[in-house]
Amino acid sequence: MGEIKYAIEVENLTKIYGKGVTAVTAIADATLQVKPGELVALLGPSGSGKTTLLTSIGLINEPTHGKVVIDGTMVADEGWVPGLDLKRLRREKLGFIFQAHNLIPFLTALENVMIALEINHMTRKEATVRATELLESLNLGHRLYNYPSALSGGEAQRVAIARAMANKPKVILADEPTAALDTENGKNVMALLKKLAVENNSAILVVTHDHRMVEGFDRIFHVNDGRLVN
Amino acid sequence: MNLAIRDIRYHRGRFILTTIGLGLLLGVVISMGGIYRGLSADALAVLESTRADIWVVQQDTNGPFAESSRIPEDSKYRIKSVPGVAEASPLSFQTIQIERQGKPFRFFLIGYDLNGLGGPSEILAGRDIRQKHYEMVVGKSMKMGIGEKIHLGLHDYTIVGITGKVVSSGGDAVAYVSLADAQDIQFKKDNDAIRNDRERIGDNLAGIRILSPVQTKYLKQNIAAISESTHTVNTVVARLMPGANLHEVQERISRWNHFHPISAEEQIRIMTKGMIEKARMQIGLFRVILLVISAVIISLIIYTSTIDKIKVIATLKLIGAQNRVIIGMILQQSLLMGVIAYFIGYGLILLTYEKFPRRIVLEAFDLQVLFVIVIVISMGSSFVGIRKALKVEPAEALGG
Ligand SMILES: Nc1ncnc2c1ncn2[C@@H]1O[C@H](COP(=O)(O)OP(=O)(O)O)[C@@H](O)[C@H]1O
Ligand SMILES: [Mg+2]
Repeated sequence: MGEIKYAIEVENLTKIYGKGVTAVTAIADATLQVKPGELVALLGPSGSGKTTLLTSIGLINEPTHGKVVIDGTMVADEGWVPGLDLKRLRREKLGFIFQAHNLIPFLTALENVMIALEINHMTRKEATVRATELLESLNLGHRLYNYPSALSGGEAQRVAIARAMANKPKVILADEPTAALDTENGKNVMALLKKLAVENNSAILVVTHDHRMVEGFDRIFHVNDGRLVN
Repeated sequence: MNLAIRDIRYHRGRFILTTIGLGLLLGVVISMGGIYRGLSADALAVLESTRADIWVVQQDTNGPFAESSRIPEDSKYRIKSVPGVAEASPLSFQTIQIERQGKPFRFFLIGYDLNGLGGPSEILAGRDIRQKHYEMVVGKSMKMGIGEKIHLGLHDYTIVGITGKVVSSGGDAVAYVSLADAQDIQFKKDNDAIRNDRERIGDNLAGIRILSPVQTKYLKQNIAAISESTHTVNTVVARLMPGANLHEVQERISRWNHFHPISAEEQIRIMTKGMIEKARMQIGLFRVILLVISAVIISLIIYTSTIDKIKVIATLKLIGAQNRVIIGMILQQSLLMGVIAYFIGYGLILLTYEKFPRRIVLEAFDLQVLFVIVIVISMGSSFVGIRKALKVEPAEALGG
């Protein structure tokens, strides 16, 4: 097996919601590639189709047409490639970060990170060590045993980043990760993502509608009415 | 990591309240089972403490407990003479209601032959009845002391002994007197009534012209004697000799007119089938209803807590959690709720069952069966929640 050139390859991806007269083409004929370690932004107004593109790449929204290849595995080719365990691919190759932090409210910060490791068959002991290290590296060592409700927005989003990073995924998908944060915290989160992209050699695709947040990104795509513009 | 326990710990208020409520419900279910067992035990208590092999009662009746039965006391001699019979004793049963401390008080009075069967099976305090008259042994549950007196019929009876917790088939306390006393209490008329009866017999006989005065006088004496006789009992119980054939003895007694010999086994069947079968069905129905209510409560709580967790479930699916993780979380919560509630109910009854007005008998078998039922109900009740959870799309984790 040769060197994998792209972490994400999307070719002529089209997503149409619904059928007939009510059909909505949310993404039309999108093509993009992201290399490992690259930090890429999808910038566009609300309703332009950014989330649709992200979730199609993220194996939770079946593309209507086109191809998606994640870390060398063809996952969609005119719909899902049959016989794939999408959940398994999600937990091994992908990490997700959302607008709302989506932490599990009844788990502590540490447990929120551990759960991602444990469902990926790591023992509790290993998971505890790895999750603690990760959170400490994100300056959350003093928050390990706090529930999400006790964390600030920035802290919660950093825990979510730790969870997304936990299994060292090749691809990290972030949907408006800064939308719920103030500018300073937003910029910190973006800087953190940039740092992680480099350190872990992960491809990071970030959706945002806020152009102030995309400083220092390797590449920026604009999404307009379902069309991708470089 | 156990998500079920962590969720419960975080939302303890709702879980604890629901589980306590369910626990109370299951406590009622357990106590109802215990009440039924208690009814059975009570119904058979006198029967079993008598330890007779055959109960001879009036023909065409299933006495003496299920129906009233009257046979002459002297039939004991005939029964005793049947080959295979070791002992035969007459017994008299009656329910008596007296006034005690301004309240009606009911008890079951057993008259027995002091040298025969059917007396108190144990004496906890005092002694057995020794005098032929006016002595009494009462059950502990009558809460009376030795030396106290009860006025019954025409006489006072002194308590000389206290016996154990035997109760009548209706759950009333039991007291013992000599057979003769019991017959007096049951049948003996006061002097006014006797005088009235004699006059009426005399008047009736005087109306019959063909009788000579001597005949009239003779008849009057005899009829009065019969009508004033108290030598009637409710049953004669017999114990067989070792190795005697129960069937043959029954066969022989039933060939005589006027008697129905019932074996102890048949007597138990009459009592359980006839007298407590309805109670069993009634209690059984209530228990089923309460269990259905428990199932509905568990389903509802599990379903609503699943609805509250839609976003959590979607997030878990999104980060790639296997279905078993999600099913496990819901199923375990349901099981925990059922099992904890079961032990709350059990503990509650264990602490209180002796204070119930009727006897509660907790049988290990009943408790085990109920435990299994609770497990099955908990698993079944989680079904709606699980079905809902499995339908959640990972995309639902996105957005506000
Ligand atoms: N599940 C869906 N069903 C039907 N239409 C949808 C669905 N999700 C999104 N859309 C539509 O697709 C378009 C793009 O939406 P989305 O990808 O959420 O845009 P963005 O994330 O850029 O705001 C919108 O017109 C939206 O109404
Ligand atoms: Mg969006």
